[in-house]
Amino acid sequence: MSTLSSIALTAPELLLSVGAIALLLWCAWGGDTATRAISIASVALLTAAAFLLLGPAGQGGPGFGGLYQADAFAAFAKLLIYIACAVGIIIAPRFFADGGSMRAEYPVLILLSAVGMGMMVSAGDLLTLYVGLELQSLAAYVLASFMRRDTRSAEAGLKYFVLGALASGILLYGISLVYGFTGTTDFGGIAAVFGTPAEEPVRLGRLFGLVFVFAGLAFKISAVPFHMWTPDVYEGAPTPVTALFATAQKVAAMALLLRVAIEAMGPATEEWRQIVIFCALASTILGGVAAIGQSNIKRLLAYSSINNVGFALFGLVPGTALGVSAVLTYMAVYVAMTLGAFLVVLQMRNARGAPVETIASLSGLSRTRPALAAAMAMFMFSLAGIPPLFGFWPKFLVFDAVVDIGLWPLAMIGIATSVIGAYYYLRIIKTMYFDEPAEAFAPGGSRVEGGLIAVAAVVVSPLGYLMIGPLGLLALNAAKALF
Amino acid sequence: MIQTIAFYLFATLVIASGALTIVARNPVHSVLWLILAFFNAAGLMVLVGAEFIAMLLVIVYVGAVAVLFLFVVMMLDIDFSELRAGFGRYLPFGVLLVIVLAVEIIFAVGAWNAGGIGLGAATSPTPEGMSNIQALGTLLYTRYLYIFEAAGLVLLVAMIGAIVLTHRTRSGVRAQNISRQNQRRPQDAVRNVSDQPSGKGVTL
Repeated sequence: MSTLSSIALTAPELLLSVGAIALLLWCAWGGDTATRAISIASVALLTAAAFLLLGPAGQGGPGFGGLYQADAFAAFAKLLIYIACAVGIIIAPRFFADGGSMRAEYPVLILLSAVGMGMMVSAGDLLTLYVGLELQSLAAYVLASFMRRDTRSAEAGLKYFVLGALASGILLYGISLVYGFTGTTDFGGIAAVFGTPAEEPVRLGRLFGLVFVFAGLAFKISAVPFHMWTPDVYEGAPTPVTALFATAQKVAAMALLLRVAIEAMGPATEEWRQIVIFCALASTILGGVAAIGQSNIKRLLAYSSINNVGFALFGLVPGTALGVSAVLTYMAVYVAMTLGAFLVVLQMRNARGAPVETIASLSGLSRTRPALAAAMAMFMFSLAGIPPLFGFWPKFLVFDAVVDIGLWPLAMIGIATSVIGAYYYLRIIKTMYFDEPAEAFAPGGSRVEGGLIAVAAVVVSPLGYLMIGPLGLLALNAAKALF
Repeated sequence: MIQTIAFYLFATLVIASGALTIVARNPVHSVLWLILAFFNAAGLMVLVGAEFIAMLLVIVYVGAVAVLFLFVVMMLDIDFSELRAGFGRYLPFGVLLVIVLAVEIIFAVGAWNAGGIGLGAATSPTPEGMSNIQALGTLLYTRYLYIFEAAGLVLLVAMIGAIVLTHRTRSGVRAQNISRQNQRRPQDAVRNVSDQPSGKGVTL
């Protein structure tokens, strides 16, 4: 395959990076007054990149000698990533308007982060995996501390940077072990070597590499026991950035984990299954229990994301196409639910227009802002996986995949842990509907934000079940690309 | 013959300048000795046939790292007598480190003599009739083009990040305005004060 046709496969990344560099020049000359235009251009670029996925970038196969995979799986994940990134750009100006810290570099950094996430989900080689991950993470560290006058934001950025660097180190160590014991960084090559039996020391070496790689990736999806950074970073980072972390970044890291687990280490499913089972159980239980005591809504949503990642991981346990498609469906619905919840959090402003984040401030929201309360209630019910809402469906699919390989006990424990999670979601609904009204929020935001909330609410509502057909088909196609 | 002489020259100078880096009393001298050591190490690399690493040593270590060190050292306000006060106390620890390093080096040389590690030969031998710069360049700009460009983007993000997080527009800064400087004519700037009586100040 020639270099030119390989470059054609990377069209979305190419468009986004060239666009980001052009917009960066615009920032440099136009200054912060050009922020609005640059944001609009960035959203347009993301939309164009999403449409490019319909072309060869969507199902063109491997490029650059296997470094890059342009398959249906990557296209599915990229679509979710681009949507979440676009929303992250759209909701930013109003949030940053108060502190006066909206800068023209914000959309550019998100675009570059999207390039990194795209590289992650289409990685066909450990090198691509690592460079993509670093590109995404480095942009994320800057975004987390974007409000540099705010100590919490600076703290979040610093904490994220130090722990992220540690995780990258662990991952890199694992990669070096895998490379050392398999002799290749190519996913296909690694799978071939993992598929052949070896003497005890070599097998042990491979196992060590596998464990370190999984640990590094578990940090990136913030699965327990590598979740410690999540609540602090989610609380401190600016809310639009947190929304981005909880959605786009999670999807990218989860897709990367799926690809590594199935494509590179598929023959070692027996070895990694125990790790995934442990992380899934620990995340669902700890994500549920630790969230109960939280009083800050962003921290609570951080634990909610840990909890949800745990459920998604259950889908990886079987290591089958059915399971992977369940994880993809889960991530798609999760993005809608989480974006919706964060959009509601963005509406939480006191009379002076300053953002408030306490759960107590939601008291009696049903009387002051009934529509907003109804939307939030739907997102919470959906995140809890309560049946009439769409959030139930992916949970069902995930456990269906687990039952499919005969792991009945695991599925039963998993379903039991979802009850713990339901408690704190229901507590928010109780606060909104049954508590005495607190100080009313400032009048609603822009029509765009209201519209986005409405769209997210429709997706998670029972109307979402109409999408089961196309969504299931897309997810299954994407999952089959890995096998 | 010439290689042998060059090798002993470079090797002696590396060791000598390395030693002088440590024993020099003035930290600025230390850094200068360190730069010399890097240069000689680069020379050794050339002798081995690893020109690319030699160039990297010169460009990265001498060009950037060492000059940065020099800046830092020159800006430090070091009290030299205090610096040497703890020498006796730290001596045993230092000696221990030296012994460990020496043993490591002996092991490494022994391993190399016994046939080397041979990783390069096993997975990717250098192609025939190509210098290693050419071989590396060919790989970087063809097979690994995608990752190479992405690494460039990573650096770009690092640069944007550093500027976004630290740059602020300050008031009262006297920034250089080059066009204004260039527009300034001699008659605006120079005034003849030849009729000034001696012993009195000039009013400007």
